[in-house]
This record gives sequence, C-alpha cells and structure tokens, in this order.
Amino acid sequence: MAGREVLRPIVLAGRFFRIGALNELQYRANFAIQVFQSAIALGTGLAVLALVFSQTTELNGWSEPELLVVMGVHILMGGVIGMVIQPNMVRLMEDIRRGSLDFILTKPDDAQVLVSVRDIQIWQAVDGLTGAIVIVVAVAQLGGAFGLGQALLFGLAFVLGGLTIYCFWLILTVGAFWVVRIDQIVELFEGVYQSGRWPVTIYPGWLQVSLTFLVPIAFAVTVPAQALTGRLTPGTLALAAGFAIALMAFTRWWWRFGLRRYSGASA
Amino acid sequence: MTGGLAGEPELDRDRFVPRAGLIRGWVDLYLTMFRVAILNNIQYRVANYFYMIGMIAEPVIYLVVWSTIARQQGGAVGGLTSGQLAAYYIVWTLVRQMNIVFTVYGWDERIRQGELSAMLLQPLFPIHWDIAFLAGWKLVTIVMWLPIAVVLTLVFSPALNIRVIDVAVFAVAIWGAYLVRTMLYWILGMASFWTTRAGPLFQLMFTAELLLSGRLVPLSLLPDWAQRLADVLPFKWTFGYPIDALIGQLPAGELIGGLAMQLLWIVVGVIGVRIVWRIAIRHYSAVNG
Repeated sequence: MAGREVLRPIVLAGRFFRIGALNELQYRANFAIQVFQSAIALGTGLAVLALVFSQTTELNGWSEPELLVVMGVHILMGGVIGMVIQPNMVRLMEDIRRGSLDFILTKPDDAQVLVSVRDIQIWQAVDGLTGAIVIVVAVAQLGGAFGLGQALLFGLAFVLGGLTIYCFWLILTVGAFWVVRIDQIVELFEGVYQSGRWPVTIYPGWLQVSLTFLVPIAFAVTVPAQALTGRLTPGTLALAAGFAIALMAFTRWWWRFGLRRYSGASA
Repeated sequence: MTGGLAGEPELDRDRFVPRAGLIRGWVDLYLTMFRVAILNNIQYRVANYFYMIGMIAEPVIYLVVWSTIARQQGGAVGGLTSGQLAAYYIVWTLVRQMNIVFTVYGWDERIRQGELSAMLLQPLFPIHWDIAFLAGWKLVTIVMWLPIAVVLTLVFSPALNIRVIDVAVFAVAIWGAYLVRTMLYWILGMASFWTTRAGPLFQLMFTAELLLSGRLVPLSLLPDWAQRLADVLPFKWTFGYPIDALIGQLPAGELIGGLAMQLLWIVVGVIGVRIVWRIAIRHYSAVNG
C-alpha cells in the first residue's frame, strides 16, 4: 500500500504523458521544428567548444571530451526541464494569477503532484535524446573503463539534480501566491541555466556558491557530469543527496504555506 | 488636420497652428513616442530591472570562460588579456540593450490580430513607430545600465583606456547598431506574411548572428575564414564594432570607417524594408480578400 503511494506521482505522470502525446501528435510538424532547433543548438554548442579548444588544450583541468560530457548532461537536463518542469510551473503561475488553481485543489489526488506533472511537452524529448547521444559519444571518446557502477552513480546524481531543480522552480513559483506576476523568472532562469554548460568550478568563488545553493545548477549538471568523468567524491554525492532531501521537505512545507495564502477566484 | 465637424475643438486650433509638414509630423511622432516609452519603461522599472539583470548571466559566463583560458595561457588569449576581456563583456551589456528591436516573433501576432490593418491606416510608414518607441525605451535603459556597469567594473576590474574620440564614436555607433538591427529584423520578421512557421528561419539567423557578430566572443578569436565571413555580413556592425570602438583603441580611420559601414547597412536595410514591405502588403491584401 505504501509502495503504491510512492509510485503514484510516476503513474500520474505517465497518464498525463499519454494525454500530452495524443494531443501533440496532431501537430506533427512541430516535431520537425523541434528536431531542427535541437540540431542548431547542438551545432552552436559544438562550435563554442571547438572555439575554446582552438585556443587551449584544457579548461581548468577539464579536457575536450570531458567538457562534451558536461554539455551532454546540460542538454539532457535542459530537455527534462523543458519537457516536465518548466511547462508545469508556467501553467501553475498562470493558474494562481487567474484563480483557476481551484480546479486542481478540488481533485482527490495530491495537489502538489498534480500541478507538477499535468503538462508534459513531448517534443522536448528530442532535446533529452540529443543530450543522451552527446553523453554516449563523449564517454566513448573518453575511453577507459566505464562500468555499470559509474552509470548507476550518474543515474542517481541525475535524479537528485532533477529533483533539486524541480524544488527550486516550485519554490519560486509558489512565490506567485504573494507577488502574482513572476513570469520574468522564466527568462532569468534560462539565462542562468546557460552557466551549467561549463563545470561550475571554473567560476569565481562567490558565483560558485550561488550556482550551487542559490540556483542549484551545480547539482543539476556538474555533479552528474562528475559522476561520468570519475570526479565524483562520496562527500559531494552525500551533499547532493542531503541537499535534495532537505529541499524537498522545505518545498513541501512551502507549498502548503503558500496554499493557505491562496484564496481562489471565487473566494 | 482639415475638415471634420464644425464646432470640434481641433478645428479652432487649426486656425492658429500651421498644417504639419511631413518632417514636422515625424518630429512630433518621435517626441511623443519617446515620452510614451520613457513613462512606460519607468512604470515597469522593477520588472525591467530583473530583465536586465537576467541578461548579465550570458556575458559573465563568456567572460569567465575566456578569462580562465587567458590565465592558463599566461595572461592572454589571442592577444586579449583578462582585463581587456572584462572591458569587452562589460560594454557588451550596454550594446546588448541597444540591440533590442521589435521582435521577429511579434509579426505573427501583428498579422494574425489584424493590428497591421490599423498600422496601414497611419499616414507614416509604420517602422517609425517601432524605431521611436524602442529608442525612447533605450534612453531609460542607458540610465538604468550605469549602476550595473559600476558593479561589474568593481567585480571584474576591466582594463579601460578610453579616449574622447572613442566615447564620441561609441555614442553614435550604438544608435547606428540599433538602426542596422532594426532594418535587419524588420525584413526578417516580414517572413511571417508568408508562413506561420518562420521560427526555424529566425533561429538560423540568430545563430549566425550569435557567432559572427562578436556577441559570443570578440571576433578576433574566431578562425580567419569566419572573420572574413563576418566582414561581409551586417552582424558585426551591430555588436562587435560598437564595443571595439569604445575600448579597442581603434585608429581614427577604422572608427570613422565603421560608422560609414553602419550607414551603408542602414541604407541597404531601408531599401530592403521598402521592397519587402511592398511585396508583403500586396500579399497581405490578397489573403484578406
């Protein structure tokens, strides 16, 4: 029984994914456009890497294939954000502003789960796939032994990073209960997220701390990339796990706190 | 203002105010739009400030990456020191603001919502509305940018060595850049007259611009063939050139030559806008019956 409770969000996400897929499959040209856009983004990223490595052989201790790993993780996580996290949060902001969040609150399932999985942009999966391919190519370029253990470690770090980013987004979005208009944060986040294209260790100290705890880019991209390049220490992984769990607990409390502030369209 | 109903207040005024000529109409339009845009920008100052701060992330990332490389190589990359790179990317933040023009994605809405029909009824060519409004907007933006520049200067300690002529040319060049880019994106945006899926086309252009304008990296860091390509495209006159004009200690010939190139691209752009507009409008009328 308890197990089913835990799996409930995943089951719901699956259902919503199917609805989203059926809906979007009507607009198949969007798929071609998404492929084209992902290809351009990938080409730009590769051009930048080539430019950097035309001037140097390593960046702060990271070789070219290692930075390619970082780029792959960045694209993959960007795909997850664009597919699940951002569309849901943007819709939540809209619902809070217009008062239509009422419709979610009256449903029998957990409201936080519902607002987090109900909108899934399936074409963004193209980005996820692109990221995965880049990661595979980069890991192959790295050579050396790549074992199942490392893959599992990466999977764990990636899930923790995804949860951290999700919490970060929801905490900001819940701010809409007080501030109402916060659509600017979408662009703000997209700007800051670009910093994850590089390992956060290259940034000056104050920026590194901000990109770790304020906007958790480090946990979302750099830490999983460290897992793939044999840099991940048990300490870092423990920190990532501890931070993710603490943040999820805080987010849960914050969400309920915000809900009490929400008074609906009709109230 | 002629005609109208007897007794309307405008008619009385008409007796005393001479009929506005074309130039006078332009001046009036521009001054009014400046005022509207300034008030508008001040009204939403907090949101706009967030927007500007969000835009700082991009150059800071580039700056950190290239300064790291410069440090690793013993102080300079492609002849640029960390201090010069810092100067480049700090001026970048202002030039980026000057680069904001009417979005190509806005054309779709203008056409779909029928706003364009209203624009066509105006006696002036509609591009003047966009130019005037966003220019007024930028006047506020420049003021708002100054504190940001101070903070960035304190954090990244740029190497600044600026002459009076640099400042003078820069002050003109940022507006030249604005006009070049306005023309460019007007022409591109009008693709929306023919297709509702112009997105990929826009993105191709953005990417070419990102790489070949000096936005991503100072053009001197690009391979030779890319620099030659950038020379024949308009992009560098909207980004790299204004920045270099201020901090690159260009010789007077290059400074003035750059302004001339901007003027050339503006003229080419105006002609392009006129031609594409004429064809597009014919198309627009046809669709509406």
